[in-house]
Amino acid sequence: MRKTYILEELDCAHCAGEIEAAVGKLEGVKSSTVTLLTQKLVIDVEEAKAAGITKEIKKIVKKFEPDVEVIEK
Amino acid sequence: MSKKLKRLLKRIVTGALIYLVAILISNIIPDLNENIELVLFLIAYFVIGGSIVKAAVKNIGHGQIFDENFLMSIATVGAFLIGEYPEAVAVMLFYQVGEWFQSYAVGKSRKSIAELMDIRPDYANVLRGGEAEEVSPEEVAIGETILIKPGERIPLDGVVIKGSSSLDTMALTGESVPRDVAEGEEVISGCVNLSGVLEVKVNKNYGESTVAKILELVENAGSKKSEAEHFITKFARYYTPVVVICAVLLAFIPPLLLGGGFTIWIYRALSFLVISCPCALVISIPLSFFGGLGGASRAGILVKGSNYLEALSDAEIVVMDKTGTLTKGTFAVTKLVPEMGVAEGALLETAAYAESYSNHPISKSLLAAYHKDVDKSLLSEVEEVAGHGVSALLNGSRVYAGNTKWMERQDIQMKEPDEAGTIIHVAREKEYLGYIVIADEIKSDAKLAIEGLKAVGMKHIVMLTGDQKKTAANVAGALGIEEVHAELLPKDKVDQVERLFQSKSEKGRLIFVGDGMNDAPVLARADIGIAMGGLGSDAAIEAADVVIMTDEPSKIVKAIQISKRTLVIVKQNIVFAIGVKILILLLAAVGIATMWAAVFADVGVAVIAILNAMRAMRVKA
Repeated sequence: MRKTYILEELDCAHCAGEIEAAVGKLEGVKSSTVTLLTQKLVIDVEEAKAAGITKEIKKIVKKFEPDVEVIEK
Repeated sequence: MSKKLKRLLKRIVTGALIYLVAILISNIIPDLNENIELVLFLIAYFVIGGSIVKAAVKNIGHGQIFDENFLMSIATVGAFLIGEYPEAVAVMLFYQVGEWFQSYAVGKSRKSIAELMDIRPDYANVLRGGEAEEVSPEEVAIGETILIKPGERIPLDGVVIKGSSSLDTMALTGESVPRDVAEGEEVISGCVNLSGVLEVKVNKNYGESTVAKILELVENAGSKKSEAEHFITKFARYYTPVVVICAVLLAFIPPLLLGGGFTIWIYRALSFLVISCPCALVISIPLSFFGGLGGASRAGILVKGSNYLEALSDAEIVVMDKTGTLTKGTFAVTKLVPEMGVAEGALLETAAYAESYSNHPISKSLLAAYHKDVDKSLLSEVEEVAGHGVSALLNGSRVYAGNTKWMERQDIQMKEPDEAGTIIHVAREKEYLGYIVIADEIKSDAKLAIEGLKAVGMKHIVMLTGDQKKTAANVAGALGIEEVHAELLPKDKVDQVERLFQSKSEKGRLIFVGDGMNDAPVLARADIGIAMGGLGSDAAIEAADVVIMTDEPSKIVKAIQISKRTLVIVKQNIVFAIGVKILILLLAAVGIATMWAAVFADVGVAVIAILNAMRAMRVKA
């Protein structure tokens, strides 16, 4: 299942990479891509894990970039 | 500029002023109390970099020791400890300037590309119960009628039921000449209505409309990353830890082995930390690709991902479909060959009259070539025999138009001509008047496209077609294509492409160009599938990796040029950034490069690389 998030105010390339890697390691996430230039996080996640994933992602983003707002699309 | 950027800029400017004052005072009064000097520099330091230090402390809690905030904090705090106050503040100052610039550049590119693709319609005027109602395009159903006034953007795909106008398709195709539309013709969402009021019957809902598909395509393009981007991500993952470990070793090993003071080696190690951030690369490489993708879409070429933009520059074999790609896919009269004593006009007129009742595409092209109106009262006893031709009484004499079989059936004497294309023989009573050749027209820029492809280094250009051999050879000859395979079924095209795969070099890529109508399997099989005439064909947009919005094959050359240019910029940035960093690292290790040089290697290189990356966006349409 594909989910898209907007990472508002994300402008650090290094952090984008860290977020992508950390989200990719979450349980049930099959792929994770952060595109800095469109400020988008696109994940492919197993249906069963999809419900709680947004909370996990917000936690990760807060850790790397506290100023960035995560908006589910 | 966002609020965040403005805040940061204010802090940088204020801090820089305090910093200048501190330097001036310490120069004017040489024997100023050391503590007063330190306090002045510390104030400047915290105004500029307080947030970095705060973030560093916080990140340490998360165990992120290779975080750039942390590295910069260590480098500058270390510089304070060994008494290099001006350097400490300068490193933080320039680091922040670099950060600011990076955010600014990213924001600006994002904005200019967003403007480039500013084709999203805001509303639709839908006619409900005789009144125009302004609603969001998503709320309009198939079959409803929408009203589009001059200056408005067409919100949904549909057919014109009333009015005529010209449309600006610039944002979609890069084409500056407006397109005329009249009743009964299809219009595509995203175009701007220029002159007349149009009433359009919607035939697709918003999600399925051209504009929504294009926007989705462009927005997702960035997520298919190129090899260069993967390389940089990987490089960055190792680069920072390696440099930091080197810095630690540099600070402690030489003084222990060689003796002497720690200060000089710590200074060098701190310089290492300043250079340890891979920002220049991490930001400039995706930015270059993003710019290339943006520039291409402005030229009417939609590339579905950085990986495809990268692959285009490695193309060496181009396989092209004939109909719809190199030729227009519509039939037109290309040649009139009357018998001796018969005028060309008379030949065409007779054929046009004879065929005037037929709905066959061939009849339509004859009538289009005739230009004048057909007076149907002159005609009677029209008879059409499928697969042969027509006969009719015209002004009392019987006329015939059709293929060779039709002529033989009427016992009319004629010679079979050696021509490619469809041939229409024309006769009156038993007298043969001559023949007309109807063929698919070659696109006006097709020759230019083939020449261009050769010029950009294509090793092999192949044309495939389901059409007959003679026609195929004719088109290939006119365009200068050496290898042609004709009379192919869709399955044979895949086989041909498979065979050509064997002949390409390991790194080389194979491009297939088609109109997306019935070549989806080949488009998918090729390294890069390019679909022509994306405007109005959903199938093409779905199946291909690159969509050319116009019907021009010369855009393939443009796409390859954009790809090559983007790749040059990417390589320049990789070589320049890694080169300068390694050079300064070496010079810093032996004590030649100062911390000022290190700041340049970090921030200066990032700024130059970003500026260079932004060039990728500039593409002449």
